[in-house]
Amino acid sequence: MTHHRVELGVRLLAGVLGGVLLVLLGLPVVSLVLRISPGLLLDRLSEPPVLEALRLSLVTSLAATAAVVALGLPVAYLLAMREFPAKRALEALIDLPMVLPPTVAGVALLTAFGRNGLAGRVLSAFGVTLPFTTLGVVVAQTFVAAPFFISAARAGFTEVDRKYLDAASTLRASPVRAFLMVLGPLATPALLAGAATGWARALGEFGATITFAGNMPGVTQTMPLAVYLALQSDLDAAIALSVLLLLFSLAILLTIRLGPSRLTAVIARARRPAR
Amino acid sequence: MTTLARVMIALVGSAVLAPTPSEPAPDAVTVFAAASLTDSFRELGRIFEQEHPGTSVRFSFAGSQQLALQMEQGAPADVFASADQRWMDEVKDKGLVTGATPVFVRNRLVVIVPRINPARISKLEDLVRHGTKLVLAADQVPVGKYSREVLKKLAASPTFPPDYDRRVLANVVSQEENVKGVVSKVQLGEADAGIVYRSDVTPAVARYISELEIPAASNVTAEYPIAVLKSARNADGGRRFVQLVRSAAGQRILKVHRFIPVTASEPAGHP
Repeated sequence: MTHHRVELGVRLLAGVLGGVLLVLLGLPVVSLVLRISPGLLLDRLSEPPVLEALRLSLVTSLAATAAVVALGLPVAYLLAMREFPAKRALEALIDLPMVLPPTVAGVALLTAFGRNGLAGRVLSAFGVTLPFTTLGVVVAQTFVAAPFFISAARAGFTEVDRKYLDAASTLRASPVRAFLMVLGPLATPALLAGAATGWARALGEFGATITFAGNMPGVTQTMPLAVYLALQSDLDAAIALSVLLLLFSLAILLTIRLGPSRLTAVIARARRPAR
Repeated sequence: MTTLARVMIALVGSAVLAPTPSEPAPDAVTVFAAASLTDSFRELGRIFEQEHPGTSVRFSFAGSQQLALQMEQGAPADVFASADQRWMDEVKDKGLVTGATPVFVRNRLVVIVPRINPARISKLEDLVRHGTKLVLAADQVPVGKYSREVLKKLAASPTFPPDYDRRVLANVVSQEENVKGVVSKVQLGEADAGIVYRSDVTPAVARYISELEIPAASNVTAEYPIAVLKSARNADGGRRFVQLVRSAAGQRILKVHRFIPVTASEPAGHP
């Protein structure tokens, strides 16, 4: 058995394995799109309830992404830059929503922030209710999306070459200034990629939302919920809605994949001192 | 190519191409049943397994509409028990059921409120109060359709205001995907009230909620049809399960679970 033939065999195997995965990932998407005519799709898109669900999905997932980035950045920074007791426990806690079945996440959110929940009782004393509200949808999405952003942001921070940070501290830049001028800009692609993944997760959120926030058109019925409910009575409608959500998500993911490299190039050019 | 590589390719190929669906054991009976039947059918399943040693009953409980869709898409079921005629007709229209679809049990609706009763709802009229958080099943779900029928009937009755149903529906904060979703939101105290089947107030739930009876004249009688599927892998087992459900013993168990039996000895009154 020659080395060459082993090489060939492994390549062939890798090709077959990769091909299987591509078929597994691609075929459902393609067949979903093929099931529906463009005309029907346009008809659906012009229906007010569909537009409402689409709008609600967009608004809530964007709000959740903003919350995830704002609240997640300090945590990602802490995990990347500092050592402290119980760090591993904190990491596990942050990863937990990724493995938790979303409906379990919904029940957990109810027991915490529901009207009779631990924190919910305090919240309702201040007149804040989360279940059955749009804000509740945002909270559910934030809960499930946060780990995706934090792990990406943390990896981004860790990958930044220490010598730039050392240089900044030699130049007596404060940690805040070092973050704003050095660490943040260098980690920007990772932060954007993390935000994109978080956004995608928030957009597709179903289980935690219907359990925690319920299902009400215009208030808590996001696209995934609308698809699920349509599926109960009208398969064609469900497929049309699914294709809409799919195209919409694909557009977002593509924009972000193509976007960050250009964006960072622009930032880099702006920062380059004029010669 | 190395033997290892060959073996791996063979394994991957067979995993992908070989038709190896996870078929249930031939002596298993697969029952697709409406979510509201969960507790009673589990008990009936245990009895069936005792009566037929070596036979196991496997259940899939969900909203009837969802089960119908799953079977249309080829989900393997031997028996289908629906919470209304609509979804049984649907699978009949698709040719999945060709035999008899007898009604095996009836059910009625009830309004439930959390025992702590945050909205202080003590009578059906209270449901119109502004700000009441009412949870119903979505109208595609049988119990959701029945709930709306009950509200309409109440509005038509002389003791309720004519816009009763409209005002109550304005208080709906969530339309759940199945009846158990309504129960859990009321049980957790998140909703002020919900409309469910009487049979959903199981002992486990009863500790957390109170019931408001709906007057018989305005109530709806849900009829549950049952059928053995044409494509049943275990049609014989399916038929025997249906027999058990319709037997005096089966009806007794359903009655314990607060359903209305349909045996000749205990006729269920129509509204």
